[in-house]
Amino acid sequence: MEAAIIPLHPIEEQRFLIIIDQGNSLPLFTTTVQAGFPSPATDYSAEPIDLNTYSSAHPASTFLVEVVGESMVKAGIMPKDLAIVNRDLKPKDGNIVLAFVDGGFTIKRLRLEKDATYLVAETESDSFPPIRVDSPEDGMFWGVVVGIHRKY
Amino acid sequence: MTSLFALVDCNNFYASCERLFKPDLAEKPIVVLSNNDGCVIARSNEAKALGIKMGTPLFEIRDLLARDGVHVFSSNYELYGDMSRRVVLILSEYSPNVEVYSIDESFLDLGNFLHVDIHRHASAIWERVPRATGIPVAVGVAATKTLAKLANRLAKKSRKANGVLVLTEPAHIQAALKATEIGDVWGVGRRYAKKLATFGVHTAYDLTRKPDSFVKKHLTIVGLRTVKELRGEPCIDLEMVPPSKQNICTSRSFGQPLTDLSDIEEALATHAVRCATKLRKQKSCAAALTVFLETSRFGQAGQMYFNNRTVKLDSPSASELVLMPAALEALRAIFRKGFRYKKTGIIVTGICPAGQIQESIFSAGTRERDTGLMQALDSLRERYGHGTVKYGVQGTEGKWQMQSGNVSPCYTTRLDDLIKAW
Repeated sequence: MEAAIIPLHPIEEQRFLIIIDQGNSLPLFTTTVQAGFPSPATDYSAEPIDLNTYSSAHPASTFLVEVVGESMVKAGIMPKDLAIVNRDLKPKDGNIVLAFVDGGFTIKRLRLEKDATYLVAETESDSFPPIRVDSPEDGMFWGVVVGIHRKY
Repeated sequence: MTSLFALVDCNNFYASCERLFKPDLAEKPIVVLSNNDGCVIARSNEAKALGIKMGTPLFEIRDLLARDGVHVFSSNYELYGDMSRRVVLILSEYSPNVEVYSIDESFLDLGNFLHVDIHRHASAIWERVPRATGIPVAVGVAATKTLAKLANRLAKKSRKANGVLVLTEPAHIQAALKATEIGDVWGVGRRYAKKLATFGVHTAYDLTRKPDSFVKKHLTIVGLRTVKELRGEPCIDLEMVPPSKQNICTSRSFGQPLTDLSDIEEALATHAVRCATKLRKQKSCAAALTVFLETSRFGQAGQMYFNNRTVKLDSPSASELVLMPAALEALRAIFRKGFRYKKTGIIVTGICPAGQIQESIFSAGTRERDTGLMQALDSLRERYGHGTVKYGVQGTEGKWQMQSGNVSPCYTTRLDDLIKAW
């Protein structure tokens, strides 16, 4: 077990990189074993909880994106959060999506209305009017936001 | 048992990787440059349409690139490597046996997929890989790897195929063979194409009509294998485990010409460490190493110098503490003052499995100590990056390092480089 203990301080950043990688994991607790007595837990051993698989079961199509700005704070998405984005999903009405609009990436709520598709901000501020997307030139869908990673 | 292979090839792979994270470059010309920004190694379709050829040196087309607004990227192998890994992960959902042939091409074994509509399966791959990873692909399917390669090429070229071509009907195979120039056949190449033209062999089809004795005489036994494969007889199986390399070369052109021995030592020491790491990764040792040192090939007489020195090791080794000092000693022996050097490198040869070492009777018994130390170094570097633990001689200035004028962020492998969303 000892080899699996990952020191937290020196690799603060790399620790995040493994979120979309298979086979690495962060043990939630570790225990020492007294020499001489077999551990009674041996027969019940299980893999430590794997935050990568918890975040997304599809590492090949999952990408991390850094959130900037406050247009989605009412949806619980704060600046500096890492959004977990899966490309391999068909966007549905009501999904939070990552889209490319006007030369930049944006995270918004997707609304499929009869007349057009809208990307809607969720904030108290009225400085983010809904973005109307009529044609591919107006905006491009990139992936569905399936989760958020936040560090205090 | 029926054999069937799919070749999945990423379209303009490096350019597609760059474009995925810069969607505003859709339908814009993109080129990617080689190490040191030397020449063009990848082009988007739009760049191809401008007549930019593979391998063109940057200085020859600087004006054209500026005039036509071509977006130019330095190569970012960290990004391409991760995107390639993602593509392979998706492909492994479509076949239990996948051979990663290169960074942008994989063979899939579809043999014995009896109750599967192969065209639908191939189309599913063609649709899924870009949706999941953002990288567009072409898919060619046929009974042999050589025919699958040929099908893939046509799948990309033909509008009707639209990226997917399954060559299983004899009539289709014949048409495809007739539509393929002999030089474009996998394993034939331009040099043989010239020679074959003198015998009236211009297309893949022409070659399949020649008797085996003719092929063996002019293309050797390897060529005969290719011809049999073109006729639909499988001779080349999937290579699931890449064969161990017989020699490993690590070298780089310097970012700027170097004149001081100490700067060149920094570069060579770093190459030696890389090389030893590669050896250990494939669990082998090298019996000898060659160091070379060169100036530019385009200098005036008297300004050019090329030399190399081979050192045989006391006993085969993969330890940096053996390879690096030996390499540096060889470098010092061939270094001459007064030249502007462009490149140095190390080649290790006489490679054998690490388990079969004949210890020299003069050895200082340091092998065990070294093995433990190297394991510790390898795991440190694997976790924290290759530059984490260095030797003093590798220096910190890196005057030799590459010039990459416009390298894109490592969007998928570095936390500081993630795309930002408003």
